[in-house]
Amino acid sequence: MSALLELIDVSARYGQVQALERVSLAVGEGEVIAILGANGAGKTTTLRAVSGTVRRGGEIVFAGKRLRGGPETVARVGIAHVPEGRGIFAELTVWDNLRMGAYLQRGRPDLGPVLAYFPWLGSRRNQQAGTLSGGEQQMLALARAFLLRPKLLMLDEPSLGLAPLVTREVFRVVADLNEKEGLAVLVVEQNAAVALQVASRAYVLETGTVAVEGSSGELRANDAVRSAYLGL
Amino acid sequence: MQQFFQQLISGLSDGAIFGSLALALVLIYKATEVINFAQGELAMFTTYISWALITHHGFSFWEAFFATLLIAFVFGVGLQRVVIRPLEKASVLTVVMATIALLVILNGLAAWIWSPQLQFYPSPFPTSTWVVGGVHISKQDVGTLGVVIACVTVLWLFFRFTKLGLAMRAGAVNPAAARLLGVRTTWLLALGWGFAAVLGAVSGMMVAPSIFLTPNMMQAVLIYAFAAAVLGGLESPVGAVVGGLALGVLLDLLGTYVHPITPELRLPVALVILLIVLLVRPAGLFGRVVVRRV
Repeated sequence: MSALLELIDVSARYGQVQALERVSLAVGEGEVIAILGANGAGKTTTLRAVSGTVRRGGEIVFAGKRLRGGPETVARVGIAHVPEGRGIFAELTVWDNLRMGAYLQRGRPDLGPVLAYFPWLGSRRNQQAGTLSGGEQQMLALARAFLLRPKLLMLDEPSLGLAPLVTREVFRVVADLNEKEGLAVLVVEQNAAVALQVASRAYVLETGTVAVEGSSGELRANDAVRSAYLGL
Repeated sequence: MQQFFQQLISGLSDGAIFGSLALALVLIYKATEVINFAQGELAMFTTYISWALITHHGFSFWEAFFATLLIAFVFGVGLQRVVIRPLEKASVLTVVMATIALLVILNGLAAWIWSPQLQFYPSPFPTSTWVVGGVHISKQDVGTLGVVIACVTVLWLFFRFTKLGLAMRAGAVNPAAARLLGVRTTWLLALGWGFAAVLGAVSGMMVAPSIFLTPNMMQAVLIYAFAAAVLGGLESPVGAVVGGLALGVLLDLLGTYVHPITPELRLPVALVILLIVLLVRPAGLFGRVVVRRV
């Protein structure tokens, strides 16, 4: 199987602080992959390195081509990155947020497919996005990312600040998008239990390097992972 | 009562000029949190260009007006790309210092090119008045108000209804998220400088007939614009325009009805209003108190 996204020895730093050290990982077409790990392990930085939000060393290949440039360029090749904290335009309406998702589409944006997955957005279109609940904002961020018509969706801590029921709902939609649209997903999560339910494989990061990798089943059976990240 | 209405209209006309320059300040502040101290001199410089077009190159006022708006736009975009963009990663204070440097440079340059002497600047509007129910309404005032309202409306339509306008609003709220959606935010900032320069040019060309053309003509206007922007809440474009109009009316009414307030006290009064707003309601009339996560 050829990988859709492949990171080969990717490093990144913030000033003097090395955040990622030779991380290699791969996401296949239509695969859901989770990145787990503690705070500061480099999970967020991994996504940022892919989207070009941080300067990256090493090599990142997407759909057979070497990935270059900043986030504006990466968005154009089909990678949608929902950043930590969701990146909602709080002062804009729900509808304007969605229109921004379709920024790269030519002509009138086609919001039909999005409303199929997120029907409630239609009736809330004129609401200011900042007044939505946390779960709704996360859904809006997902919908907006989907409008980019990506091949790969990168989610940074979608469960952050959400109630367990809402988190499950968010992951249900992610699984839906993956199954029905064939969207590959790379999701960073602290909530390992939820992430492993949706992901087929996962990488565990520790201080900027890949410590463990394997299928979700293997990781769930791994004692170190169980005690450190699953709380079992 | 007649006097009241006359002062009201002349105040609105002054206020429109403050408001358009205040809106220019807000456009840049909202996107980058930088106060562009050169905004007034930029307006002065482009007003000189319009004057040169009229007096030396045979343009009619309105030909020169629209040509100047175009020149101001290109000039604003160019300044952002050449001077401000390289300071992208610098602190806000550094950028503010750069705008102060621009202020001094543009002021000196204008004096050098066109001489520091006072120049007469033609008005596009007749000096006559309409008389409505005993109230003398100056055509000059109504014309100024109309031009500013038209410019602000066009800008509002752009921000409200075009994709580029939407992207500029989104980029001002959350530039990082906008970039992740494919928006080239650095060009939007340059565009913002272009629009701000256009608004400044409008205020300069509208105020010049009544205060004459000199390299220092916009310095007091810029202070009024600061006061107007702060009054409206620095982050609010609507607030800037309303703040400008309110300030203009307030100053005119105070000057008319409170006798100790002579024309010499106009500027100090504006600054007192600015201080009171900062002390009592720092977020202004339309601003919101922003709580930043640290």
